[in-house]
Amino acid sequence: MSSSRARPGPRRTARVLGLVSTGLGVAMLRDPKGVARFSGVDDSATALSMITVVGARELLHAFPLLAGCPGWAWTRVAGDAMDLTAMGIARSSRGIARSSRGMALSSRGIALSSRSGERERRLRNATLAVAGLAALDLATAVRSRRAGSRSADRELLPGSAPWKSAIDVSAATTVNRPPQEVYARWHDFTRLPEFMAHVREVRPAGIGRWHWVAEAPGRRTVQWSAEVVEETPGERIRWRSLPGADVENAGVVEFRPAPGDQGTEVRVRLAYAQPGGKAGKAVAKLFGEAPEQQVRDDLARFKQILETGQVVRSEGTPEGPLARRMAKQQPAAPRS
Amino acid sequence: MRATQWMGKDHVEVNEVPDPRLLNDRDAIVKVTSTAICGSDLHLYDGFIPTMKKGDILGHEFMGEVVEVGKGVGNLRVGDRVVVPFPIACGACTACERGLFSVCENSNPNAGMAEKLWGHSPCGIYGYSHLVGGYPGGQAEYARVPFADVGPLKVEDDLTDEQVLFLTDIFPTGYMGAEMCDISPGDVVAVWGAGPVGLFAVASAKMLGAERVIAIDRFGYRLDKAREAGATDVLNYEEVDVLDALNELTAGRGPDGCIDAAGLEATHPTTAVDAYDRAKTAVMAETERPHALREAIMACRNGGTVSIVGVYGGLMDKFPVGSLMNRSLTVRTGQAHVHRYLKPLYEKIRDGEIDPTFLISHTLPLDRAPEGYRMFRDKEDNCTKVVLKP
Repeated sequence: MSSSRARPGPRRTARVLGLVSTGLGVAMLRDPKGVARFSGVDDSATALSMITVVGARELLHAFPLLAGCPGWAWTRVAGDAMDLTAMGIARSSRGIARSSRGMALSSRGIALSSRSGERERRLRNATLAVAGLAALDLATAVRSRRAGSRSADRELLPGSAPWKSAIDVSAATTVNRPPQEVYARWHDFTRLPEFMAHVREVRPAGIGRWHWVAEAPGRRTVQWSAEVVEETPGERIRWRSLPGADVENAGVVEFRPAPGDQGTEVRVRLAYAQPGGKAGKAVAKLFGEAPEQQVRDDLARFKQILETGQVVRSEGTPEGPLARRMAKQQPAAPRS
Repeated sequence: MRATQWMGKDHVEVNEVPDPRLLNDRDAIVKVTSTAICGSDLHLYDGFIPTMKKGDILGHEFMGEVVEVGKGVGNLRVGDRVVVPFPIACGACTACERGLFSVCENSNPNAGMAEKLWGHSPCGIYGYSHLVGGYPGGQAEYARVPFADVGPLKVEDDLTDEQVLFLTDIFPTGYMGAEMCDISPGDVVAVWGAGPVGLFAVASAKMLGAERVIAIDRFGYRLDKAREAGATDVLNYEEVDVLDALNELTAGRGPDGCIDAAGLEATHPTTAVDAYDRAKTAVMAETERPHALREAIMACRNGGTVSIVGVYGGLMDKFPVGSLMNRSLTVRTGQAHVHRYLKPLYEKIRDGEIDPTFLISHTLPLDRAPEGYRMFRDKEDNCTKVVLKP
């Protein structure tokens, strides 16, 4: 459920790699002989068909990378490993008749049949170039992985604080009521605590500003003021905390008509900075190991209130949907 | 009040517990006059359903008299006599609007748990583990009924508890099992398991116009009941090879509709096969012993329907998907959407089309519930159905 949208940095690099892949791919497919000569590879029929295959592979990497998906750099890393292995075999088997296995493995570094010094030099250069590209591929791929978990807060949250880490969660539900009604219920900010389990109070604090009080473990509270930065009736509400917050945070909730007249799709995204110090620890504890479950629980209660007029309670879970109660169920029996 | 509590595997007790209270405006409290032990309660008794907690009150088949209503319940009054469907349903979500009450989107406060095991959550169910809500059951003197404005059916005719009690679960469940077979004239329907649900499936298949209804079980007394319910043929799977016998009875076609009314604790006549699944469930490598389901799939006619109303909990092993796929079978299943069957089946009972009391073998006071569980599980004393009187 958490976001996996990438940061701009890796996305740009991904596009550059995409262009490189496209260039290599097109060159290999259009002029395999030229490529073979340039990189110090022989121009036997096998080598040429190998180059064509690698060219096709390059184009396969190219499309998703051009679309800005840095994760696909991993496929390039795999390709690089293959190519470097093949080139290594080619270089070390100098003077030894090439093995069919080496041939099968090889790609950009097709083994040489009769190497001259010039070819040797070209092969070395090609190997170095591939190695350089491999390093860039690896860096992009690794960054894409980090970006997956850390990117969203950058877009959503003010960039003022030196955050150690952030909690960034999203959840969605479908509510069997029209978007305007669902929007209006959420927009009634002072009533948010009715379905947000950890929020004790939301009170007005000036035009477009609200003061939030949330429960933290150990009967503590954390507080912040927040401003509504966007409100598009029936569609979207965006808010973020103001400077001086115990916990910097921001959120956005979007409402869209569900297909087939099934009400409204509600998508929420929340991000909390987790600074050092007590407040940070409190936030970490508050969310425990299941921050997404907590947001889902809030949405479940929101849906219940809109559809049934109440939060649904059982004797095992008297509070209504609540992540921490799931692990600590009361027996399904009335309590005195 | 006195209530039947799950205290661990093979262990239920009737104890004194606090009376239930209204937790929401749409709740009612019902003074239970009759309640029954369901075959699916035995899965809890045998420890097959996860997330039970010591002290949970059991029972999802109950009826009684309304003694208290929340201010959001406009259709019931104190003193009304009601039967209560086992699925708890809000009546307002998209699933409820579509008549899929047993997958109500709002009534399980522990939906998060169910989502982890099943992907999405079904409705809440009385006394049926915390996975489906942690609601106390009705094998007690009193029970809280959430969404009391949606579920309970008022009984205003002069019918006994025993006649209408099974509207809470097993009659609609058996009926839905048969209905899902889309029975047309000439159809042959086979029912695995001649327990209470299977018996109602047999009776319903007959009601819905099946040409031939074949009941499969290993207990002679249950097969006799099946004949009473309308089965044209019965097979004892310990005595005959079921697939051969079904092919014989249908001249090689196989039954058009195959209803699994056995569920996850089925047994297999071949010791080795039975032991295989028992061992796998013992080490939690699977959670079911799905012999009936496997056989129902293998037996079904090409293009036919396999209807599953027996209860399953988690994961099964050796699922004959090849047979299912290559032979154009349809699988239909679900916990019964009791709410949509309440009225029509009530009318069938009132009009004398069926008398559900035929399957009651024992009526016990609530305090003897532990004995009832054991008897029913071990099929002692020709036990088919236990009704408890608080």
